Amino acid sequence: MAEKKVVTNQIGLSRSDYRGEVSTLCPGCGHNTISAQIITACYEMDIPPERIVKFSGIGCSSKSPTYFLSKSFGFNGLHGRMPSLALGGAFADRRMKVIGVSGDGDTASIGIGQFKHLIRRNLPMVYIIENNGVYGLTKGQFSATAEKGLELKNQGMNPFMPIDIVKEALVGNASFVARSFAGDPKQVRELLKAALSHNGTSVLDIISPCVSFNNREDTLHSYQWGRQHEAPLHDISYVPTRRAIILDEFEDGSFKEVTLHDGSVVVLKKLETDYDPTSKWQALKILEEGEREHYLITGLIYVNPTQPSLYDFLNLTDEPLNRISSHKLRPSKESLDQINQKML
Amino acid sequence: MKKELEAGQTSSKVVNDFCMTVCTVNGSGSATANTTLLRAMFHMGIPVTGKNIFPSNIKGLPTWFSIRVSKDGYLARVAHDDIIVQMNSTTFSEDLDYNVSGGVVFYADHIAVPIHRDDVIAYPMPVKDLIKEADIPRNLRDYMENMVYVGVVSQMLGIDLDTVHQVLLDQFKHKPSVAESNFTMVKLAADWARDNLEKKDRYWVEPMPPLDEYIMTDGNTAGALGAIYGGFQFCGWYPITPATSLAESLNIFAPKLRQDPENGKNTFAVVQAEDELASIGMAIGAGWAGIRSMTSTSGPGISLMTEYMSLAYYAEVPLVLWDVQRVGPSTGLPTRTSQGDLNLTYFLGHGDTNQIVLIPSTVNECFKFGWQAFEIAEKYQTPVIILSDLDLGMNLWMTKKFDYPDQPINRGKILWEEDLENFGRDWGRYLDVDGDGIPYRTLMGNEHPKAPYFTRGTGHDEYGNYSEAPDVWVRVMDRIKMKIENAREQLPKPEYRNLEGARIGLIGMGSTEPALLEAQDKLEILGVKCDYMRIRALPFSKEVGEFIEAHEVNFVAELNRDGQLHQILSIDYCHLTEKMVSIAYMDGLPMTAELVVDAVMEKEG
Repeated sequence: MAEKKVVTNQIGLSRSDYRGEVSTLCPGCGHNTISAQIITACYEMDIPPERIVKFSGIGCSSKSPTYFLSKSFGFNGLHGRMPSLALGGAFADRRMKVIGVSGDGDTASIGIGQFKHLIRRNLPMVYIIENNGVYGLTKGQFSATAEKGLELKNQGMNPFMPIDIVKEALVGNASFVARSFAGDPKQVRELLKAALSHNGTSVLDIISPCVSFNNREDTLHSYQWGRQHEAPLHDISYVPTRRAIILDEFEDGSFKEVTLHDGSVVVLKKLETDYDPTSKWQALKILEEGEREHYLITGLIYVNPTQPSLYDFLNLTDEPLNRISSHKLRPSKESLDQINQKML
Repeated sequence: MKKELEAGQTSSKVVNDFCMTVCTVNGSGSATANTTLLRAMFHMGIPVTGKNIFPSNIKGLPTWFSIRVSKDGYLARVAHDDIIVQMNSTTFSEDLDYNVSGGVVFYADHIAVPIHRDDVIAYPMPVKDLIKEADIPRNLRDYMENMVYVGVVSQMLGIDLDTVHQVLLDQFKHKPSVAESNFTMVKLAADWARDNLEKKDRYWVEPMPPLDEYIMTDGNTAGALGAIYGGFQFCGWYPITPATSLAESLNIFAPKLRQDPENGKNTFAVVQAEDELASIGMAIGAGWAGIRSMTSTSGPGISLMTEYMSLAYYAEVPLVLWDVQRVGPSTGLPTRTSQGDLNLTYFLGHGDTNQIVLIPSTVNECFKFGWQAFEIAEKYQTPVIILSDLDLGMNLWMTKKFDYPDQPINRGKILWEEDLENFGRDWGRYLDVDGDGIPYRTLMGNEHPKAPYFTRGTGHDEYGNYSEAPDVWVRVMDRIKMKIENAREQLPKPEYRNLEGARIGLIGMGSTEPALLEAQDKLEILGVKCDYMRIRALPFSKEVGEFIEAHEVNFVAELNRDGQLHQILSIDYCHLTEKMVSIAYMDGLPMTAELVVDAVMEKEG
């Protein structure tokens, strides 16, 4: 019997090197699709798993980091408080790619403060919100992103206006804001790649249907509604630098390019209308229109590749802080003698 | 509060032994004047301490600065004043009631409040006139008013003016002209006092042998310096009185002390968080990822940090948490001192938790615990809480010079790529390989294929895998308990001052030490001999129980309402509860020796 050839990426790893444990989420859960796309994106980008670190909060979404990248370090923290955990952790070795996974319950309620402050500081990391409008682990209560008028079993009707995570990110001066849909895995994947190349906080709000508690065909966070109402702003492709030649494959010049910090390029092929993802004003406008016309706007909504990150404001040594030898961490005895001299 | 004078005392000279309180208005810039007096006497070799009793206010409310001068080296608060310097008309009468009979009041003569005591000696100070005479730039006048009392008081008590001059030059190191303007005012006021006031009181300051082994600073500065010499690499923090100046001191000192000599870049980061929920999250993230991590806060912040501290205990994340205590419950008295967070911090977290707590007593010890805490946290892979308080953290203390750390930095059981390759035994993040309850940890960035693991606050087995199995839960929790139990004898041991033949024990902790040592002396004079033990860490080492056992009765003195140290001692040593008596008191002010003496004498006198 002939040996089956294992397909590998440029660094000699197979897809299975990026896998995680078997998911314990419900079959059909949008979160599983997102986990699969994280695996694919990292595999296709040739990122060594040991250079990735995963953080999450509490909820179904936050369980998912166990289900991808078993060869990466990870930390499942507290409800809504993944951002602070990730921020502290990221300082130890700034070479790491940081992936944070949160949900709408995690981010849009207790976590809204940490979410806003993370993007304000623009810590380089990918912040994924697996958004299904409902609390899954506690069996089906409304989350803060549930649309007004949504009816759920045993919960009645939601009378409140929802929090729109993408709008919160935009007005919070996030440097990378995207919305996607778990039913559109290709777009999720390409956005993930772009997010992983961005030098700042990349917010990915991904509508990720909850098949157990909020998937009725006429509701905003369902598969069917999403499939019928998704209005991508563009056809997005991520092009790593070394394959820049791929640009030729596009036909007629009807695309926009955004060059990211690491030299990679996001190619946005025009669909129905022109959309400029560097205009915050246009971003807010199109979101309002989408809401009014009942479309699910997806794609790279806003990006500013040159916004300074938190690290730019600190005169930090390049050496990973957690590998610095102890002798560099303790000042000399002479320096303490001088301090003692001054304290009179 | 008034103390009756004993016959004949009025005429006898009292040298280097009094308490002077300066009464001013918050925001009037009196801090410089007060520390000038304090430091000048310290430079004259006189043991001295300063306590600022201040309101939660930026400007306008009354504030008091008490200077205790003690030839015997007693640095505790006293409840009365021998000398009052009065610059605030609104508190004039009330403050005067704290004056001892035969005491002194220096008052700004524009305060038009009648002096209702005829048993104190009053000296007017023509503050406004002297300011006019001094021809001082208008923008400096308000501050200069305070220099008038520096001059008058120095002249009348015998504080050396050259020393005052030198102290001003030190304080305004980078603005010598400001120092000179201030001194001009001081000198003018001193000359006026010399020519116009007749010394009628008994208080004098005289030089003593130099205090060469001592420095003068506050506990928050010392704690920050300790952290810097302990190799701190990350601090996430949020402003709160009285802890703010600790993190701010990191920002002052670390950039000078902690740059990589090879490239001039920082080997640390300080991040001001959005709140304490975030500052503890940042500190835990950093501690987990393998950098020496800390945060600082006070009671309300501790409450907010509780959930994450529970995770840090169970997920075994090292970090250092400073609690500079203020008065609770609730917002309480945010600018007053207390030892009210002992129970909270020792058991901090939901579920079965038990944290390591260090309790410094002196500014010098704030420095020492500042670096030692990192050693303990990383050795045991658990949070270490340092319980300071407002009195220790924010007030100026005379303290022993900082000692350079006497042990090298030890990061504990960390495995990098090579270590893991050569480990030779089975490795799991929570596997107890050595039988001491302390597992080995790998750090983010370790490229060895076996290194990565997933950390969680949910149930996990020895390899970090999710587990809800009852036996796994018991095993992991029992091991963590064993780990903390093993720390008991390794943490800072109690310190003692024993007297021959004492049958009574006096037990305290933290910043009440000066009051307890003074009380011990006073009690001895009254014929009640006590041994003194200061507890420096929780959980207790065996010596604590031995001390209690060895004494017929033990008074446990602390600054809180419920006697929290007494409560924890009663849990650990329930068979000795009959030997323990609680002296617990909480009004927001530092402890006095009198309080302890009275409480002991009530039982033993």
